[in-house]
Amino acid sequence: MLLTDEEKRMRDGEEGAAVAAAMDLLVRYGEALGAERLCETRNVAGTMTQPSPAKARLVEEGGWAKAFAVINLDCDDDIDIPRMKVPTCQLQHGFGPDARGLTGYPDANIELQRDAEAYYSDKGVNILATCTPYQVGNLPVRGEHCAWMESSAVVYCNSVLGARTNCEGAASTGAASLTGRIPYWGNHLPENRFGTHLVHTDVELATFAEWGLFGYFVGGAVGEGRPVVTGSWAQPDLADLKHFGAAAATSGGVELYHIPGITPEARSVEDACSGRAPKDAAGYGPRERQQVYERLNDQGSSTDVDFVLLGCPHASLEQIEAVARRLEQRKIHPDVELWIMTPPALRAAAARSGYDRVITEAGGRLLTDSCPAMSKAAPDGTRVFASDSAKQVHYLPAILGIEGWFGTLDECVDAAITGVWRGQLGGR
Amino acid sequence: MAEGPALVSTEEISGFGGIDPARGVIIEPRHELFGQCFTGVVLVFPGAKGSSGWAGFFQSTRLMGTAPLAMVFNTVTTKAVLGAIVTRVPTVVECDRDPTSLFRTGNRVRVDADTGLVTVLDDE
Repeated sequence: MLLTDEEKRMRDGEEGAAVAAAMDLLVRYGEALGAERLCETRNVAGTMTQPSPAKARLVEEGGWAKAFAVINLDCDDDIDIPRMKVPTCQLQHGFGPDARGLTGYPDANIELQRDAEAYYSDKGVNILATCTPYQVGNLPVRGEHCAWMESSAVVYCNSVLGARTNCEGAASTGAASLTGRIPYWGNHLPENRFGTHLVHTDVELATFAEWGLFGYFVGGAVGEGRPVVTGSWAQPDLADLKHFGAAAATSGGVELYHIPGITPEARSVEDACSGRAPKDAAGYGPRERQQVYERLNDQGSSTDVDFVLLGCPHASLEQIEAVARRLEQRKIHPDVELWIMTPPALRAAAARSGYDRVITEAGGRLLTDSCPAMSKAAPDGTRVFASDSAKQVHYLPAILGIEGWFGTLDECVDAAITGVWRGQLGGR
Repeated sequence: MAEGPALVSTEEISGFGGIDPARGVIIEPRHELFGQCFTGVVLVFPGAKGSSGWAGFFQSTRLMGTAPLAMVFNTVTTKAVLGAIVTRVPTVVECDRDPTSLFRTGNRVRVDADTGLVTVLDDE
């Protein structure tokens, strides 16, 4: 792989052992990918603070420098960790203090994470603590090279913002944060950003739930392809596209999609495909919609819901407001917990706007930093949950061994109030 | 270079939500390898799917002593390649013929990451 003089200097240790280790990892990684060179980035979104048993042991052995070296740089040497070279944010991690006592999540993890936040913020990491950094200030511009992880953030970054990132990991983002470099490969190359699959929808996409169902279908249909969507839809908002991309990244490996007329690199189908006809096509009609709905809902048998989860990816302020509107003057069923996951910055705005109070008075909770899938914890005794997130309904049955229902926001709020799942395809 | 029994999947594997690093087991309920342990075997699979936590979860298998012995997969992605690097196991990708249809679970396999050669030692 070709390195610039500056990159060679970093590799050879002129900026210290940690930067050298970071460059060494980037070279090994880039060469294994077949990248010809690295590119510069000034926008890294990664994870250092997420507690895990392996990390706890490394911290015990050698502090956070050891944990960063091993996990974020793939380096076993005892090295000092300098400040991050380029702007770097912490994505979602484990539950914070606001979840203490709500679930079987260990207090030790909350403490470990708080300790990590103190260490890494001293190193220049912005503790955004969310899977949606673009909702709270990390908003790359079109064409910008980024090094992001978190599949739903990656697909949003590429598709909706038109910035460029591959689906990175804890180690590659750690190396990028200390060097300002990432392999110039995959989604960074303009020729790799054109559509590979046409997906036509005969179902009009008009609601958040429909965008989620369609996204789950698209991921299953194209795998890691780059779908170009045709059909008709009402003007989507941030939440619709966030949900669509997250679902497509969950059921397949979609990192980039084009919605002609909506997303920045696709003024038209021809534009999205660079004039070439995509070789594969898939159709989404009422039958496919039914199948996707049934597949998502085949992890549920009991309709006695004891947990309702909203906000995956993390809820926007508008989504929080929508929940608050539905909960005014109402009470959540005493046997049900309702959690809405959101970034800390938006929780602060929700509190100032009065939504937090309405939701809390009804018996629900706004929680930050994490989600049940990341922290592997739901309210104690949860057997059956419901969510408006295709991603959570996909993951939680595996991660927590609980049953799951997917439906609309109205159906989820209804389940929270009645304790009964009454969702059906096309429901309100 | 590594030599051991193969565990073959024709389905892509999730890291986050797909494996339990503490036990080295596939935990995705719908997966054909659900409940199977990959510790100490040659994991043969089409590629990575799902979350970007893939590499970190497989790295955790190394740190917790539950890692596969080697990996053989078809599709080169950032997730799977970074995962193989931080798991620090011999890995061969993009074989001439599809190893997920050629090999069977239990076959004794040698993975030579230097030459890129994957050999079945006990093919009938």
